[in-house]
Amino acid sequence: MTKPKDPAISAAIPNDDGLMDLHHSMLRVRLVEEKLLQVFADGKIPGFIHVSIGQEAVATGVCSCLTPADTIFTTHRGHGHTLAKGMELKPFMAEIFGRANGACHGNSGSMHVASAEAGVGGANGIVGAGLPISLGSAFGTAFKGEDSVTVVFFGDGASNQGTFHESLNLAALWNLPLVFVCENNGWAQFSAQKAYMKIDSIARRADGYGMPGVLVDGDDVLKVRDGMRQALARARAGDGPTLLECKTYRWFGHYAGDPQKYRPAANVEQARTVDCIANFEKFLIEQGLAGRQQLDDVDARLRVEIDEAIAYAEASPAAPKGQYLNDVYA
Amino acid sequence: MTETRYIKAINEALHEEMTRDENVVIIGEDVGAPGGAFGGTRGLLQAFGDKRVKDTPISESAIVGLALGAAMKGLRPVVEVMFADFLPVCMDQIVNQIAKTRFMFGGQFAAPLVIRAPGGAGLNAGPQHSQSLEAWFAHIPGLKVVMPATPADAKGLLKSAIRDNDPVLVLEHKALYASSGDVPAGEYLVPIGKADVRRTGKHVTIVTLSRMVLDSLEAAETLAAQGIDVEVIDLRSISPLDRQAIFSSVEKTSRLVIAHEAVKSFGIGAEISAMVSEEMIDVLDAPILRVGAPFSPVPFSQEREYLPNAADIVRAVEKVMNY
Repeated sequence: MTKPKDPAISAAIPNDDGLMDLHHSMLRVRLVEEKLLQVFADGKIPGFIHVSIGQEAVATGVCSCLTPADTIFTTHRGHGHTLAKGMELKPFMAEIFGRANGACHGNSGSMHVASAEAGVGGANGIVGAGLPISLGSAFGTAFKGEDSVTVVFFGDGASNQGTFHESLNLAALWNLPLVFVCENNGWAQFSAQKAYMKIDSIARRADGYGMPGVLVDGDDVLKVRDGMRQALARARAGDGPTLLECKTYRWFGHYAGDPQKYRPAANVEQARTVDCIANFEKFLIEQGLAGRQQLDDVDARLRVEIDEAIAYAEASPAAPKGQYLNDVYA
Repeated sequence: MTETRYIKAINEALHEEMTRDENVVIIGEDVGAPGGAFGGTRGLLQAFGDKRVKDTPISESAIVGLALGAAMKGLRPVVEVMFADFLPVCMDQIVNQIAKTRFMFGGQFAAPLVIRAPGGAGLNAGPQHSQSLEAWFAHIPGLKVVMPATPADAKGLLKSAIRDNDPVLVLEHKALYASSGDVPAGEYLVPIGKADVRRTGKHVTIVTLSRMVLDSLEAAETLAAQGIDVEVIDLRSISPLDRQAIFSSVEKTSRLVIAHEAVKSFGIGAEISAMVSEEMIDVLDAPILRVGAPFSPVPFSQEREYLPNAADIVRAVEKVMNY
């Protein structure tokens, strides 16, 4: 296992290294999901949703390193990854509202949002199912001689699926330009990691497949980005895949409305004291890289954008009768 | 036309399609130097190199998922799953991922890939290497399922499948691999979704597929000696089903027998029977009968006794005629 590179957070970060973009991206995900919880509680979204609040540093740290030509595959808890990768907010929101002009024509909802344009190969409702698909994406781009990279997000729970084993083995064997990002939020649905896994760090498993395994603090966007930069450099240089484990914490239940009887509220409150966004804002202010007012302005502008997207989704027409028959075959 | 074996016709189709389209890639266990467990991919590694002919670990989910991801990136993967019985190993990738890719993402991505897998009994391969599982897959919207009975169809359907913009499962019959028949040389396409009238007749229609086409034709000969004129329809494609071909034939004969090798219960015979009953209740002169395997896994030693055959089809036709 490769030791995570662990620079002091303040060391030698140039002012122009995209720091305000990182802040904007994390806060955008946070505010979108807070709004989604609200409109879901109001009964405006059918089905169910899974939010990633508290885990934004992973989505942002990873996706900030990618270009639109790179492809991500994500999970049922994929809003953050999808938005951080650059998907437009309006078609995203209209899809979650199940409207005709949603990105997937209202066929997918929150759990399967995708954007070909933004390089989002789809969120997935089956735990661990994105890993085999990501192999083909990486194989396909390498086959065509493109230098783009594929990233697959999955959780700690997914690392116990057979697809994890099959995919890491094959990716290493074929030296694929792929980064496996394990977003370890400590919870597989209603079960804590220690209840279903003997080891603490999933990154250790990489050694068994012949690839580097790197563990980073998933609540520190700069450390995630640094880990991702190294993994990407390897992938782009043709040196093969990396397993990047980002340790974080799931602030909310498995699904919106989950009563969470399986964990004491005090533990959750304690975990929430580590807030990737608040910490990053503190860092920006302390380093003199941003002022409070500046950050508040970002917040205000994002709220306007999100309200507009919600209004757009609500004003969008329902999918036409029988729409579901149109996308089954070419 | 050349007399060609079924497995050779498959191999010919792969050679031709790989020559035609550089995005066609072969993925599977031992498909490279060994040429596949049954020889379907023989010579492809030598002809096209290891960039396009990919030997994989024994990891069916990874292989089939890999094909999906590659298809989403514009390749035309042809996956070999060594036995159709192994498809359940990667069922999530087939049913929840591949079949739903176009639909779930609103047409933003497609899955133009082919999965080849040999099914069927006849080689005493036992309960886990002999099944006919086509009904499972035909039940899934988003997949196409074809089952060639002749070498010519094996070639023509596979070539069409590779060019199709949706995922196609090609269920070959391993007991037919050694069978021979005339195969057109070079470009030859059999359209997906079109049945073939293998024998015309006016008294009773037999709808059948894959190896049972041979048994049905044999039964038709026997019945002809009794003055019963049988029409044999080879479905070739299960999904999409050529409903019109079935309707047209039953319109003429007013009697229907469906014969397949799969377990009779909940098989495609039930679907076709129900469909014809619903649509042609005023046309039928007799109830529809099905011929299929008993409700048991395929036995190792009693395989011949277990499998439906021409005699079973003859009996069913006689019953329908005597109704």
